[in-house]
Formats: sequence, structure tokens, C-alpha cells
Amino acid sequence: MGGRVISFRMDGRSVAPPYLQIVQQVKQALQMGVLDVGDKLPTVREVVAATAINPNTVLKAYRDLERDGLVEARAGHGTFVRRRLPGPPPGTHSRLGRSLVRWVAEARAAGLDDESMESLLRVALQAETEEEIA
Amino acid sequence: MIGVQAVPEVATAIRTSGLSKRYRRVCALSDCTITVPEGRISALVGPNGAGKTTLLRLLAGLTRPTGGDLIVNGGVPRQDPAFLAGIGYLAQEIPLYRRLSAEDHIRAGAHLNPCWDGESVRERLKALTIPLDRAVGTLSGGQHAQVALALTLAKRPRLLLLDEPVAALDPLARRNFLAILADAVAAGGLTVVLSSHLVADLERVCDHMIMLAASRVQLCGDIDALLAEHQVLVGPRKDTSAIERDHRVVLLSRTPRQVTMLVRRNGPVIDPAFQASDVSLEELVLAYMGQGAPPALTQLTSIGDDQ
Repeated sequence: MGGRVISFRMDGRSVAPPYLQIVQQVKQALQMGVLDVGDKLPTVREVVAATAINPNTVLKAYRDLERDGLVEARAGHGTFVRRRLPGPPPGTHSRLGRSLVRWVAEARAAGLDDESMESLLRVALQAETEEEIA
Repeated sequence: MIGVQAVPEVATAIRTSGLSKRYRRVCALSDCTITVPEGRISALVGPNGAGKTTLLRLLAGLTRPTGGDLIVNGGVPRQDPAFLAGIGYLAQEIPLYRRLSAEDHIRAGAHLNPCWDGESVRERLKALTIPLDRAVGTLSGGQHAQVALALTLAKRPRLLLLDEPVAALDPLARRNFLAILADAVAAGGLTVVLSSHLVADLERVCDHMIMLAASRVQLCGDIDALLAEHQVLVGPRKDTSAIERDHRVVLLSRTPRQVTMLVRRNGPVIDPAFQASDVSLEELVLAYMGQGAPPALTQLTSIGDDQ
């Protein structure tokens, strides 16, 4: 295993506090299949040097992930991914993402703006949920 | 969360009690009681003239209090080598010899300090491609600040006190400066108090906050905990006395129809008429900055009042 598998980016405009942004980005990387079991997360000092965030924030995020059983800290070695997120196998998200990108392109070509697309998605989600209930 | 976690005993880097400082008739700081645990990066915020520099100078042992007690790194701040060896202090006007190079400063530091890590300065500055051999006065503002920080860290202080070190730097230089700072804390054994007006930077790099306004401490504690204790409540214009009785209203503004309050909660706010939302660090800082301001200023926030 050479080099870092993922890096984090901090969004100053996000409402989510920095530690939650790290948690979310690790979970997202697991979902997208970017991170897999056995992969090493960047060390606290690597994250700090790259993002200038507080080291305790990184530790807090890693502790949260550890409590969820997603990663484990091995003393002197670092923090490693322990298991995948429950849900569809990795790759599913990116495959569906790609088909959604095609759909968005089609919708844009048809003259829909972002807001109409968002409301279409909401309507579709709503319809799907109601079908399940019925 | 179930399960008992062993909470490690955390030592305190700074503990003050009823600390005050008076210059002739002017009271620069009064009744200041704060605690900063070891290993934190604490943001010291407040309007100009609130007493931030006075507090930093007291902690550094550069000036003596007129009242109260303070313990820093387990001792009383004073001008003696044993105490000063544990303190790194970077004043607002960065104190470097303009005609000397970084390398000259590194060598001078080796003579003046008992445990001096000159090699760490060379490494840090090389990583930032800052020349070691050029007169410090010819470097950019950002490089100047980096050199000063690297030199201050070479002392291996246990407590680093920084008085608005990034105010004059461009965003990239600021990011580099804060990254070095955060890395030094990650390496262990260092606590930082950093005064600044740049809330976005503080939000990123700090996990503790001391808020001063009108020479008094308004807030002191973990940033996450302080944010969780506060809420913004928005609701119809009606009697707010019940909320004002149960919680501390920090900021209140009214329009003819609406009331917006920033409150420090004392338990949950139970009033379905009000919509509660979380506060950002910036909202929190701005709300407390107005504390102790003359009452005329708070009236200005009543926009469109039809009284």
C-alpha cells in the first residue's frame, strides 16, 4: 500500500462542523468504493498539514468512526478500515451516479433548470415512497 | 452511547481566577476567570480594546496583575528563566531583526535558549521554500511571520501565545501558518492561545474559545460545547418573558411581526411558537461582541419597530 488513499477537504461554508465533514467524507469514500477494508486513513498529522484543522478534530472524527465499527486504530500503525458500510456493494453508487449524470444532461438539453430537476426528483422520491406504503 | 469510557485526566495549561489589570484609571481586564486544558488551540476573540493583548501579556509574565490569581504551566508567570522557557510569545508587531537572516536568528536562539531545536526551523522553512540566508526584512509579510513562528516553536514551549499573528497575511500564507501551528500541536505537548478576528480561520483550527468583551470574560470553553449550548429562536412577536426567565437572552431583535433571539440555553427550549436552529461560530462571536456595548447599540437592531 503506497501513499494516501484519500484526502479530506474542508468546506468553510458548510453547516456541518469540521469533524462531521471528515466522518461524512470517510463514509462517502466507503460508499463509492474509494476506500475498502484494510485501507489506511491519513494520519492526523497528514490531515492537519493539508487542511490546517485542529488535530483534536481529526481524532474526534476517527473516534466516531471507530465507535461505529467502521475503522480501527492500531497502536503505532494508524487507523484502518475495518468493514464496509451496510448497503449496496461498492460501485453501486458510482454506477447509479453515472446514469443520473446522463439523465441530468438530457433534462438540461430539454431546457429544465436545476430547480425543476430538484423538484422532479422530490416528486419521484415521494411517488416511490407512497407506492411502497400502498 | 452506552459504555463507560475512561476519561483521561487532562492537566490545565492555564487557570486564572478573578484576574484583573488596571492601568492608572483604565480597567483593561476585570474579574477574569478562565481555564484552558493542555493540548488545546484556544481562540481569543473580542472587539478591539476588550483586553485580549492585556490577557496575553499577563499569561506571558510580561506584566503583573493588579488583582486575582493565575497559574500558567503549573507556575506563577514571572520574569525568570525557568518560567519563560515554557512560554512562546509572538507579539502583534513581529519582533525580528530586519537585517539579520533566518540562519542568524537560529544561531542567536541557540545561545539564548536552554533547549533549542534549530534544525526544526531549517526544516520548516525549507519545506516552505523560505530562504535561510536572506535578511529577514527583505522577505514577504507571510514569510516573515513563518520565520517568527518557526523560531518561536524552536524554543519548544509548552504554551504558545499569539497576538493576531495572521491579520496581515494573505489567505495562502495564513493557511500555511495555521497548518504549521496545528502540526506542532499534533506533535504533542503544546497548548496555543491565538487572538484573531478571522472567525473562519478560528473555526477551522481552534477547539477552545475565550471570548472577551468590555474587559470581561463572556465565554470560555470547548467550541463544540459552547455552540451546543446556544440556539437562535425565531418566532412571532409576542411575550418573550417566559423564555427570558428560563434562558439567558444574549441578543434580541424585533420587527413589527417577528422576534429573533440568540439564547444560551438552560435546558431545552419548549415553546412551539419558536423555531429553533443551531448557531454558527460567527453568529455566536458577533452576538457576544455586542455585550457590554452601550444600550443605544442594541436598539439599533430593532429594525422597523413601529412603536
